[in-house]
This record gives sequence, C-alpha cells and structure tokens, in this order.
Amino acid sequence: MRHILRRREWLADEWRYPGEDPADPPGDAALIVPFAQWRADPQGWRGRAARLGVQLAPAERVEELAAELPCLSLVAVEFPNPGDGRGYSHARLLRERFGFTGELRAVGAGVRQDQVFLLARCGFDALELAAGEDPQAALRALARYDVAYQPGAPQVAIRRQRFFGADGR
Amino acid sequence: MYRYDELDQALVDQRVAEFRDQTRRHLAGELSEEQFRPLRLRNGLYIQRHAPMLRIAIPYGLLSSTQLRKLADVARRYDRGYGHFTTRQNLQLNWPQLADVPQILAELATVQMHAMQTSGNCVRNVTADHLAGIAPDEVDDPRPYCEIIRQWATLHPEFTYLPRKFKIAVTGSPEDRAASEVHDIGLHLQRDAHGQIGFTVLVGGGLGRAPVIGVCIREFLPLPHLLSYLEAILRVYNRHGRRDNLNKARIKVLVKSLGAERFREQVEAEWQAARDYAPLLAPAEIARVRACFAPPPYAALPDSDVTTGRGPQFLAWHRYNTRAHRVPGYRAVFVSLKAHGAVPGDMSAAQMEAVAALAERVSFGLVRTTHTQNLLLADVPQHELYGVWRELTQLGLAMPNIGTLTDMIACPGLDFCSLANASTISVARDIQQRFNDLDYLYDLGEIEIKMSGCMNACGHHHVGHIGVLGVDKHGEEWYQISLGGSATGFTALGEVIGPSVPRAEVAGTIERIVETYRGLRLDGERFIDTLRRLGLAPFTERAYATHPAAA
Repeated sequence: MRHILRRREWLADEWRYPGEDPADPPGDAALIVPFAQWRADPQGWRGRAARLGVQLAPAERVEELAAELPCLSLVAVEFPNPGDGRGYSHARLLRERFGFTGELRAVGAGVRQDQVFLLARCGFDALELAAGEDPQAALRALARYDVAYQPGAPQVAIRRQRFFGADGR
Repeated sequence: MYRYDELDQALVDQRVAEFRDQTRRHLAGELSEEQFRPLRLRNGLYIQRHAPMLRIAIPYGLLSSTQLRKLADVARRYDRGYGHFTTRQNLQLNWPQLADVPQILAELATVQMHAMQTSGNCVRNVTADHLAGIAPDEVDDPRPYCEIIRQWATLHPEFTYLPRKFKIAVTGSPEDRAASEVHDIGLHLQRDAHGQIGFTVLVGGGLGRAPVIGVCIREFLPLPHLLSYLEAILRVYNRHGRRDNLNKARIKVLVKSLGAERFREQVEAEWQAARDYAPLLAPAEIARVRACFAPPPYAALPDSDVTTGRGPQFLAWHRYNTRAHRVPGYRAVFVSLKAHGAVPGDMSAAQMEAVAALAERVSFGLVRTTHTQNLLLADVPQHELYGVWRELTQLGLAMPNIGTLTDMIACPGLDFCSLANASTISVARDIQQRFNDLDYLYDLGEIEIKMSGCMNACGHHHVGHIGVLGVDKHGEEWYQISLGGSATGFTALGEVIGPSVPRAEVAGTIERIVETYRGLRLDGERFIDTLRRLGLAPFTERAYATHPAAA
C-alpha cells in the first residue's frame, strides 16, 4: 500500500494511477491520469463519476492544464530527479496564478527529504516520497528552517520573512 | 557594510545544521555521491583533483577585518595556510577535509559568512564594482541592491534547481568595472528624469562555451520592482531553458534561440501576470539596507601631496596601485596579489591577518576583493599612504603592477581543478619571469591578460586584451591565444589569433605580440586601442614568427 505525506500526516494513499491494481479495476477509485492521456480524451475523463487528478510532466505546459482545473481534485507534478526544477514553477503557477486549491502532490525519484522544504514552500501539500525515503526524516526536514527571505506557500510555518508580495503576503 | 539581523543569522545557522546532517548521512553511506553532489555543491563544496575545494562566498567582494581574520584562521586550521581569491570575488580553500566542512561553515557563520550557492545550478554570488561607494562617477552605490538580491536568491523556493548556474552583476557607474555585460543578468543603476533609482536590465551575457554579450531587455526598471522582474526572468528560464544538454543550458542559449525580442516579451508578460502578488520592495526595507552602506565617518582632510621627496619605488606604487577617491584627503589602495613568483589571487593566512589589522588602522576595518583577484583598501587617508606602502612591501603585497600586463587573471587550472585541460600557474610564472622588468611593464602600459585552464572560462579569457585558454591536445597542454577582448569600459570578445601553442611558447608569443604593439603604437596609445585601430593582422603575423610549425 502506497503511503504519502499529506499535511504532515503519513497516510495510506487512496488515489490510484491507471494500470495500477489490475485485480481491482479503478472504476470508482480516485484516479491520477497522466496529462497526455487526459488530453487524448478530455470529454471522457471529465464525465467520470469519481474524483480525478492529472499528472504533469516537467516539459508539459501548465497553462494548458488551467482550463481543466475546475474538474480536478488533485494535480501531481513530476520530479524525475532532484535536479529538474521545472515542477517548482508549475506549483507556484498552479497555486498563485490559476488559484488551484486542491491537492498538489510532488511525485517522482526527485522527491527526497532534502527537497521537501522547498517543495512545500512552493505550495505542495502532499509528497509522494521517492522509494527508500524515510517519512520521519522528511517531516523533520519540513521544519528545518523557520525563517525565509521570500514569500512562500503556507504549508511551512515561517516565523520571520523578509520580502513580501504586492498583496502583502 | 551589511550586518546580519536575527533572521539572517538564523537562516545561516539552520543551513549549517542541514549541511551537517547531509554530510553525516553521506559519510554514513545513506546518501550516495550522486545524491550528495547537488547538495554539497549548493554549499560551495567541490571534489577536486587532490581534495575537496570549498568556495566561500564574499558577497559583492566586501569583507570586514573580523571576517578576513576568520578566513585566515580557517585556512590555517583546516587547510594549508592560504586561500585563493577568484574572479567572482570569492575565496577558495583547496585542501579542506570533507568531514571538517560543516564545522568550517559553522565557524564562518559566527562572523556572518557562508558558502551558500557559490556553486550548483542556482543563483550564485552577486558581484559588483570594487570601487562601489567611492567611485567619482557613480550614479548610486550598487551594494545595497546586491545585498537585497543575495537575500532574495538565498534558498529561493522556486529557483534553487535551475537548468544551469546563474550569475548576476550590478554596476553603479557608467564605466562598467563589474564585467556586467558577460553575466546572465547585468544590472546598470540609473536615475530617471525624476531622480528615481532604477536599473537597465541586460540578459544572456556569458563566457564559457559560446561567449556572448548580454542584450538589453528593459531600459529602466524602477527599484521597487527589482525582485519581481528578476523572478519573471528566472521563471521563464527555469521553465524553458534547456535541460537536455549541459552545454546549452545557460540562459544565453534560450535568449538566442527565442531571439531577444521574444524573450523580452515573455518576461514582460510573466512580470505583468504576477504583478498583484510578486515581491514588491518596501521603501523601509530599501532604506534599512541602504543605511548599512552609508559612507564611513571620513575625517575632514585636505588633498595633499604625498609624493614629493619620495623615492621611485613609492612613486611607482602610488601611481599604479592607488586610485582617486570621491572624498578629499583619501585614496583607494590595491593590495596586489600579483607579486612576480606568486600564484595570481593566492594569499597566505599571515598576509590576511596583517591586511585585516592594517585595514582596521587605516581603512575603517573594511577590505574588498576585486574580480581581478586583488584586494582593495577603499578608504585610506593620503597621509597614511607611505606607511601603508612600507607595510605592504614587507608583506609582499606591494608589487606595483596593478593594471599592467602581470596583473593577470588566472583560474587555478590543472594544478587543482578537475575540469581544467591545462596548467595556468606555470604559464603565469613564465609570464612573470619574462616581464620581470618594471620599466618595460610600465612602457607597455595598460594590458589585461586573462587566462583560463578550460573553456568554462573562470579566468574570463574571452574578455582579456590578451586571452589565454588551455586546451588538451592528445594529452598535452596547449594554449589558444586571443586578442582584443575587453570587459572594462565597453565589452568586447577577443578573437583567436591562430593555432594554439605549447606551454613553453606562451610567454614568448605574448612578448612578440606586445613588441609588435610597441612598434606600431601612436604616441600615448594603449595596447587595446592600437589593436582596435589596426585589427589583428599585424599581430597574428608576428605572433608566430619564430614558431611557424605550431599547429
């Protein structure tokens, strides 16, 4: 059973990816669909009764996903390795520009304890840790810093911040 | 200078704790070398040819005497008693032990220093004009804005894993002394018609492979929007910069492939779209940081004649190693790290301590590093100059060659760096020996030699009047010579003059080039101006005169 770190809780993941659990076809399971698959049949996916999520690869355009956000409960952003930082921009755009309030999940081999603080500051509220990562260590890493220079998402508690946005945040 | 407040100190301390944990995990086998690498790089730690190398940040090149003493202390206790000042105004230690690095960083944090983001694919140390705050031609002091950018870039949640390294320089004078046009972003301070401060924004300059001069994408960016505009540029780059090929990942490649106009449109669109929530600099915060860089308490001193009756050695030093100051009665003094026989940019712990003490006595306890790998005492009363010269002479730091041919820039090269193709230190030594006659050096006048051991161009060879680039030819060290580059005044990239030459021929080739200049120059004409007037042809013809077989 896959677990995820969601808002500091280590929870069994109720979401499924297409092709997972062949013995238990995800007819009514909450499903995370790769964006390429979604684009192939957006009408079909939108008509599905269960909750839906989309998985966004680093090279995909977050703008193209914007129109679909009202029917999505979750966006999973891929980090194939720790060095590929495109997903950080995807997250901030989803939260700040497109006002996405559903679950924003970081997935992939790049989601390690040494990345989680920055990920959370960009608005990720769920972390699907890379294989072998210790959730307790990731939790500690989320509290590694309690000060920051830049404005950031509220997923991390920051007691002092230096620069503020035009909206005062 | 900027003093940390509680926030700044907490962040640096928490960073040290994080890196201590990461190093422990690596040494315990929990983090593989591949996993540890991006983490250690973002803390300034390379694994070099012989040992780790630690690159310590000196933000915009400004140090207190206390900090310089701590660098000496660290160099002595954790290294071999010296350090190397770089073209990015930082200090490199060449022989620390990996397991000691967290403790070194903890000690640096006690004097408000760090090594954050001096390496890795993130925003690097922000550099500035070394005459900031004292240059007579300055629009405004660039250092407060460098400090604001430093803070904004530190642990930036979105821009810590960029396609490639990212370098920003800020200059406050019409004469660019920060090589800003060959940075990923160059910011030129301006005042608009109402006297408001802002920046001209250049993007996409860079050396390394495919050197290019930055293009202007905004004539005037009002100061309060500085960070939001940087975020717009970085966001376009972070999303669209190439990640498939390390050699094509710098922002200059993106700017070139989109074209400057389309790149500018994308940045402006991104900037407008984020206007309602992107960072906006508050006047109180700007004022707080600016106050840290207020001029020191200068005494009311007359300009005085300090040269009459002094010997020729002092006169030469005064002429070459000191500069005019905006305040009467003061001069800026270069501490030359270019003594003949020494490695350019190297300084011993004892020299650091002595200069720290000297700065406390005569220059308000502040020292600057320059991108030309020297130090500068910025605010020395003229009546102290003779004593300062005597003391620097005893320390081996008064070589009167600033701005001359032997004030050359050189990266550490093959002797230390695992990227290098060829040695630079031995070539520098050859050049120092061949041009050891000061009268000859003075006759040649202002000539900049810049030397890199590989095409990553840490030695800025593209913008040297004479550029020297080490190349590997079937396992042998050869050197490509270029002419006509410049990063001072206006920026130009040098042109390669022909086939590369073996190591033993570099100094001789340079001698033939400058002899050609001596034969062709007009009265009072500088080397670079003769080059520009006549073009390369007469120089390339003579450069190979005794070495026709070079190939």
